[in-house]
Amino acid sequence: MSAHADPHDDHHGHDHPHAEIVHSGRPGYYEIMETAVRELLVERRLIGADEIRRQIEVLDSRTPALGARVVARAWVDPDFKERLLADGRTACEELGISFYDDTGLIVLENTDRVHNLIVCTLCSCYPRPVLGLPPDWYKLKPYRSRAVSEPRAVLAEFGTVIPDDVEIRVSDSTAMVRYLVLPRRPAGTEGWGEEELAALVTRDTMIGVAPVELTIAGAER
Amino acid sequence: MTIIERDERVVSAMGEMPSFEVGARVRISQRHPVGHYRVPLYLRGRDGVIERIIQPAGIDNEEEAYGRNAGSKLHYYRVAFAMAQLWPGYAAASRDSLHIEVFETWLERMGE
Repeated sequence: MSAHADPHDDHHGHDHPHAEIVHSGRPGYYEIMETAVRELLVERRLIGADEIRRQIEVLDSRTPALGARVVARAWVDPDFKERLLADGRTACEELGISFYDDTGLIVLENTDRVHNLIVCTLCSCYPRPVLGLPPDWYKLKPYRSRAVSEPRAVLAEFGTVIPDDVEIRVSDSTAMVRYLVLPRRPAGTEGWGEEELAALVTRDTMIGVAPVELTIAGAER
Repeated sequence: MTIIERDERVVSAMGEMPSFEVGARVRISQRHPVGHYRVPLYLRGRDGVIERIIQPAGIDNEEEAYGRNAGSKLHYYRVAFAMAQLWPGYAAASRDSLHIEVFETWLERMGE
């Protein structure tokens, strides 16, 4: 950027270069369209600004910590696990995790024979009520297209090598149902409490791109 | 809704009961609608098996996109496909599979 384009220059009493502090990215086509539609909806009083803010608060309150709590409960409570696998949504609701978006939830259990992976090839469907917003890579085309056509290669790039005799099941979410992977409980966690177990469960393990590992929390013990 | 016992006197409404049962062999319609759709291209014309009936029945998301909801309730089905049949390069012996929910209007029954 040339010096005269920097509005700060007029007020500077020194001449050493600064890191540019500007929002340099121009809004994209869809960003502008979203703003325009949102402002129109508010202007016509079809929705209120407070409703938008509230919904952002709803989304911000959802994080992988909720999913981790569900997984840990399933690990320690066989009856809960049975209910969770039968109807993911009602079991999550038992723990106070509401489903504000009318989606259902199917929980997919990883075992020594089956490894589950979730994706949304069309867009970015994701179990937001229990995990919050999806990671950027989940929304990008390389993951979305390759997860369904070469899941083993994709998993290997995440450092997760699945043995040939383990069946991979890829679930592509498209409409009413979201998916959550119930990862395998790591060996060596016998007798652990629910909170300790939940601390091991990361977002990626519930998408199915990584196993739950003892390394970090194990070192802290 | 899960039917445990059938009562022969009860007539269900059109679309109230699922048209496909778990285990049914189905083909995804080979259609190319313009506009909003929820069945990915890579599954058009492919053969799968009904794995689970999604309950309760839901509205057609493709119609919902245009604000049309009334009367569009039917079932979604979780359908399973063999990866080896979807992708030419996939190891033929692989048991890996693809699972997806599909609205009833996209499913065609296959012969036994």
